[in-house]
Amino acid sequence: MSPAPAPGEEERRRDRILRFVLPFVVLGVLIVLWHGVVIYWELPPFELPGPGLVFTTLISDWPVLSRSLAITLITTMLGFLLAAIGGIGLAILFNQSRFVEYSFYPYAVILQVTPVVAIAPLLLIYMPQQLAVLSCAWIVAFFPVLANTTLGLNSVDRNLADLFRLYGATRMQVLWELKLPGALPHILTGLRIAGGLSLIGAVVAEIAAGSSGVESGLAYRIVESGYRLNIPRMFAALVLLSISGIVIFFALSLLSHLLLRRWHESALVEEF
Amino acid sequence: MLALRNIKKTFPNGVVALAGFDMELRQGEFVSLLGPSGCGKSTVLRIITGLTEPTSGRLEWVGSSQRGTQRFGFVFQEPTLMPWASVARNVTLPLKLEGRHENADKLTNDALARLGLSEFADKYPRELSGGMKMRASIARALVTEPTLLLMDEPFAALDEITRFRLNNDLLGLWQSLGKTVVLVTHSVFESVYLSQRIIVMTPRPGRVFTELPINSPYPRDERFRTSAEYAACCRRVAEALARAMGDEA
Repeated sequence: MSPAPAPGEEERRRDRILRFVLPFVVLGVLIVLWHGVVIYWELPPFELPGPGLVFTTLISDWPVLSRSLAITLITTMLGFLLAAIGGIGLAILFNQSRFVEYSFYPYAVILQVTPVVAIAPLLLIYMPQQLAVLSCAWIVAFFPVLANTTLGLNSVDRNLADLFRLYGATRMQVLWELKLPGALPHILTGLRIAGGLSLIGAVVAEIAAGSSGVESGLAYRIVESGYRLNIPRMFAALVLLSISGIVIFFALSLLSHLLLRRWHESALVEEF
Repeated sequence: MLALRNIKKTFPNGVVALAGFDMELRQGEFVSLLGPSGCGKSTVLRIITGLTEPTSGRLEWVGSSQRGTQRFGFVFQEPTLMPWASVARNVTLPLKLEGRHENADKLTNDALARLGLSEFADKYPRELSGGMKMRASIARALVTEPTLLLMDEPFAALDEITRFRLNNDLLGLWQSLGKTVVLVTHSVFESVYLSQRIIVMTPRPGRVFTELPINSPYPRDERFRTSAEYAACCRRVAEALARAMGDEA
């Protein structure tokens, strides 16, 4: 806290730099190795394209890939948003009425434990493709939000609850002033998990959907490129999916940090 | 202002917390409930506030001090602050919950000032020491200007230095504000230092073992804490407590 340099200050700074730099060093080494392997064994691009070729493909195929990226990302975002709204909304409903909770919670669990890969083909029969893909993203992503929010809403400090009762708080006041703020760390944990999962859900559904038209996401591009033995494009699409996942994860972590830094223990670690 | 008559409280799990508990409370006095852990002291406070209903027995409010019109301040053993809200927002909470919006800022600022928290209004609970958190908790209990302040072992978790200072501040507040205070404690020394009257309770099921007046005049300060009179009172109370605990002690 104090501006004076503490004895461990220098060491800690070095630790932080290392933590940031080392993953990139590993990445660099892997790319060089990859490149070396391709050159040394003279592998043709349809067996294993080198990193350079993947990169140039990423640029040359950008018009196709960017459109697919946009489609996958839009599906992911929509799935995530609906999962957030649905998960939090349902958790609030469960929290307010035990009957609703008892009636529907088992089905939320069933929806979660049934592998989405198995549900996707079925959804594709009954829904237009876009909607089916979106539904898959939603199904996978909403449960962690629901489960975590429920946990958060139920772990209210008992003394604080008594205090609210003492001053005659209404149900709404208890929900808005006590339960939801208290559940925020849990809700954010749920959202962080849901962000990654909605991407997975979208990808799984796209793969299940296969070839059926113009509006095709990144996962479809991967399958399609596989059929055509366009391996560099497969890699390029995969790289884009990975980057999307990383960006989503960091964006949600940042959101969580910004919302919790003033008060929650989990955000305390950042404060050296 | 209030009488508890023949109160009995049995919890759903069969534990009898209180049996045949009688107590009277006079306007403006400082009373301590002293007893071993688990003797139902806290339950008495919860029954007074209405957070818990007695299994049998009556609460008799005297005169205009009906429970409906009665304003309580309650201080828990832990500070029980909302970690996501600043000190000021924590202190103003009771006014907000009661829907009292006019004057809310002034009342909040007064309460903060009374406990020396004005500078800390925008801090979050995490940024405060244990003693400061407890001050915030007391400020919150006072913000509605209650007539009755109920405190459930508020200082038990604090270090001795902080505890003594808060004891003194509490006495100062009591004398300047003229509220009725009921303090639950298991500390003989604290109860003697603070109160006019000590109600010694028996182990579970709790009832009143004896009542001891502490007639030493106020203001009491560090001189009183080190006086022979204080030591004598403490011995008297400690002996009563030992007898209340009976063969268990």
